[in-house]
Amino acid sequence: MADTSSARAQILGGIRKALGSVEGSEDARKRLAVHPRNLVPARAQLQHADQVELFTRMATEVAATVERLPGLSDVPRAVAEYLAGLNLPAEIRVAPDADLDAIPWDQRPTLTVSKGRARDSDGASVTGAFAGVAETGSLMLLSGTERPTTLNFLPDTHIVVLKRSQVVGTMEDAWDRLRGLGVAGTMPRTVNFITGPSRTGDIEMRIELGAHGPRRLHILLVED
Amino acid sequence: MEPTTHAFPENARKALSDERLQKVLAIAPAGFVNRRKQAADRLPEFEALRDQGRDLKNHVLANLDTYLEAFESKVTEQGGHVHWCRTDQEARDAILGICRAANAKTVTKGKSMVSEEIGINDYLEANGLTPIETDLGEYIIQLRHEPPSHIIAPAFHLSKKDVEGTFRQAHTDLPPDRVLDDPKVLIAEARTVLRRKFQQADVGITGANLMIAETGSTVIVTNEGNGDLTQILPRVHVVIASIEKIVPTLEDAALVLRLLARSATGQEASAYTTFSTGPRRPGDLDGPEEFHVVLLDNGRSALLGTEFQEVLRCIRCGACMNHCPVYGAVGGHAYGWVYPGPIGSVIQPALLGVKEAGHLPNASTFCGRCEAVCPMRIPLPKMMRHWREKEFEEGLQPAAMRKGLGLWAWFARRPALYHAATRMAIRALGALGRGKGRFAALPLAQGWTKHRDMPAPEGKTFQQMWAEQKGKR
Repeated sequence: MADTSSARAQILGGIRKALGSVEGSEDARKRLAVHPRNLVPARAQLQHADQVELFTRMATEVAATVERLPGLSDVPRAVAEYLAGLNLPAEIRVAPDADLDAIPWDQRPTLTVSKGRARDSDGASVTGAFAGVAETGSLMLLSGTERPTTLNFLPDTHIVVLKRSQVVGTMEDAWDRLRGLGVAGTMPRTVNFITGPSRTGDIEMRIELGAHGPRRLHILLVED
Repeated sequence: MEPTTHAFPENARKALSDERLQKVLAIAPAGFVNRRKQAADRLPEFEALRDQGRDLKNHVLANLDTYLEAFESKVTEQGGHVHWCRTDQEARDAILGICRAANAKTVTKGKSMVSEEIGINDYLEANGLTPIETDLGEYIIQLRHEPPSHIIAPAFHLSKKDVEGTFRQAHTDLPPDRVLDDPKVLIAEARTVLRRKFQQADVGITGANLMIAETGSTVIVTNEGNGDLTQILPRVHVVIASIEKIVPTLEDAALVLRLLARSATGQEASAYTTFSTGPRRPGDLDGPEEFHVVLLDNGRSALLGTEFQEVLRCIRCGACMNHCPVYGAVGGHAYGWVYPGPIGSVIQPALLGVKEAGHLPNASTFCGRCEAVCPMRIPLPKMMRHWREKEFEEGLQPAAMRKGLGLWAWFARRPALYHAATRMAIRALGALGRGKGRFAALPLAQGWTKHRDMPAPEGKTFQQMWAEQKGKR
């Protein structure tokens, strides 16, 4: 790999000369350590039940579908019926996520379930979420050994299991939860905020769904 | 890409007489304008967020060295690499070096204006690699060998008929009787073709809407999902980003993101906002094995401490061009390089020099709409004025114009003489034009009267009327 250290010295040196600083500022270091919040819109600063309502409304607005379920044991039936309703094959690729282990897939023997990262042939995936952001109806998904990111993008149909308690007001609330995991300073390789299915407006500004990512985003909002 | 910015007047004339382009321009910008307005109106805090966005970026620029170093150390800590590049050439070489080390043949690309700025596609091709744009708009214009005409909608200047023609020419396995008259079908066609490319690629290049100093993350904001497939499928992920894209923390990213999507497309949030940090972790089932950030200066740090520093607050949303009457009349290609519209009229002289790009800051009505909608409140008209001053200082305008300005300045510094001269001129013109109320031709003003009539003055100067009315108010 080419050595770019002289370029580095020159760029940083030029910046310092222009700014009249010698070795960085206390202000900046403090901001990094404290990470203060900026103005957070009032929209999502609500009781939790109302945040859940807002999440559902905002997600629906961007063409995701939201289905409420009493518990994880209802997931196999909901998945099977959702796929059948669209005339899609009863086959799903599921994230090998311990959080989803409690789902009794065997209750639905007609549903073909396999686990792992997405392959080209996979038509539908089921993944968990880390949070749902009410302000925008976005899902927050983290990569990890049990959560391959390809499941979020390759299949035509993406089904996400979101527990009610995972709904938060804003992106800032979601960052607080991530920081709360105790993995201070280390982000997962990929953090996806997903707001509705894939879309494009590149041809004559007309919005069409299903550009490169999933054509359908179905959210199973499960009581817990 | 070789700039044709010096030829702006000819480019603009061509654009104005291009009927196909004018048809597109008559409809497309209004869509962006309406959607942005709806999104802004829906968020009561939008204006206050703009203030905070401006203040945040001012803080970042005042501490740019600290944040860049913090970012670099975080990227390195997590197994990634930062490549510092002073110039476009250094950035091209850094990327080519990464591709060579990876034995790459095919390179997929997410949409990135900085990658257009450094002209990476031509360079990779010249060195035997195959770069493939995967954003639908970028893919279409790559097939047509055209530059983007808008920073967030690269194929802004094309109709679906144009796209159909392009696909029929490029996708040779398409049956001739396949109906391709619907955007849906065109999108499905591109999706199928590009899926194969995503799988073949050895290296994926994306841009970055943001870099986060606190975590060493890069952020892309997209709607299609191509930027994600570009970075999770190949073995190597390269991010090309310019130094001013940095923000301190995840909270600060949230602030900028609230402004970005609304200002760009009028969305509450884009479909995919992705934070990428380092390469895949041990045990991960997918994701890139290598993570490189190519950090480009290319003249930006030289703007710090100058009257152009504030332009570095730009988050590349495109709102200024969507609202610009000049962009709306001539489209993006007339600007002759990578960044069109008001932002281009300020950045291109900085990156290309006033000699090449001096026409752009002059191609403005100074109506102020760009500044009125800029999420970062960049005083674009003021900066265009600064460029005009520079152009004058460097003696780049035509002799007649400089002489005229010199004459005017001589008069303007002598108010008594100036007022007397204008009073006389106005009275004479007023008397001459009384019959028709306008002039179809005037000596010394053909530049104006060639395109429109000059209204005849009413007989008094502004100064006279002001003096007369002052007593009454």
